[in-house]
Amino acid sequence: MPTWSRNQWYVAAYSAEISHELFARTICGEPLVLYRTTGGDVVALEDRCVHRRYPLSKSHLIDDTIVCGYHGFTYDQCGTCLAAPGQKRIPRTARVPAFTIVEQDSLVWVWIGDNDRSDEALIPRAPWLDSPEYTVVRGMEPLQARYELLVDNLLDLSHETYLHGGYIGTPEVAQTPITTEVDEDAGVIYVSRHMDDAACPPFYAESTGITGRIARWQDIEYHPPCLYLLHSRIAPTGDLPADDGTDDHAFHVEVVYAITPETEHSTHDFWMVARDFALADQHVSDFLAENNRTVVLQDVVALDVLETIVEGEKEHYQELSINIDTGGLAARRLLKRQREAGEAAPEPTAATSTR
Amino acid sequence: MTGPSPSRMLAGRHVYRVVSQLGTDLLVGHCWCGEERSAEDPIELWEWLLAHPETHDANSAAGAAGPPGDRLVRT
Ligand code: FES
Ligand SMILES: [Fe+2]
Ligand SMILES: [Zn+2]
Repeated sequence: MPTWSRNQWYVAAYSAEISHELFARTICGEPLVLYRTTGGDVVALEDRCVHRRYPLSKSHLIDDTIVCGYHGFTYDQCGTCLAAPGQKRIPRTARVPAFTIVEQDSLVWVWIGDNDRSDEALIPRAPWLDSPEYTVVRGMEPLQARYELLVDNLLDLSHETYLHGGYIGTPEVAQTPITTEVDEDAGVIYVSRHMDDAACPPFYAESTGITGRIARWQDIEYHPPCLYLLHSRIAPTGDLPADDGTDDHAFHVEVVYAITPETEHSTHDFWMVARDFALADQHVSDFLAENNRTVVLQDVVALDVLETIVEGEKEHYQELSINIDTGGLAARRLLKRQREAGEAAPEPTAATSTR
Repeated sequence: MTGPSPSRMLAGRHVYRVVSQLGTDLLVGHCWCGEERSAEDPIELWEWLLAHPETHDANSAAGAAGPPGDRLVRT
């Protein structure tokens, strides 16, 4: 039984990954084939021909139709079969499922669930990923671990001190208390850690040019299940935002993760780093890309190991939770709630209600 | 927004808030109804908060909107 929620939006790809070519990716156990039409829209179909299951991603994209690479069944953008070889009649059931796609903030979102329950307004936003005021570097690492382990990891940044020392970790991260908030109605978790006098880790010293101690604020905003935003504010110690909210002296880095389950034991770990300074400086871009990838891979190594341990452990193994886990515990609860809501029948609308 | 304990960020009507106290192992949980309680164990504290109104009940049942979070994307 998969542990992800159905009837939710997930990031399937970066917009830049999808061109007029067939592209395969498994999302929440569903093998998908994606492509961009000549009109610019992104199409996602189940990656399995209805005839003999040949992968459509290994087939041919001709204009805006996929011609199966095995016997030539031809599918349009909705997955409807337009032609079958050697006969005029097309079987009524000849259709591959099509998935609802929304492209927004440089991300390709796919709705995993019943298409008629999809609601575009529920997709959380990350506008800096597609804004002229920011420069973005990004990547995606395959993680051989269930997505919940990545959620745990990202909701508790005290691990930076130990797992990422010398990159983004300094002693203050683990030592500074956090504030956790949960908006029950919106389903959002917010975890703040404001370090007002901290060592500047190499990741920020090198990219901002700050040499002394810093005020370092980490504000996590997690929109379960998929989108994780880390608002990072770096400024020389004592430099606070003005009362009217302007904050021109500080450096802002928006670190974004999309946590997309691939299978029950693997995850697409999409990472992005957007900054509002040194916009055209290629050296800074290269540095942030390489260092963030290194940090992500440190997590990947650790979580791949954890996955094998979790898979091998006795049932009902008891973990121990302490104060740093307050946000992670909240995330687990909201994910469970989403899972239950996603499995439940849709709420009756006024028209069909019997009351 | 200053200091180690930032002001409330989420703007909804039903926001639970848990603040860890500098220099102690204490967590203080604030229910959206206005009640609060401290604990040393986050699991126990979440249980107490989420059990509203069973474990505690301030007279307000409607919830209280906080100030708008200045960086919150979704409204
Ligand atoms: S498997 Fe696709 S046409 Fe036969
Ligand atoms: Fe990490
Ligand atoms: Zn209450």
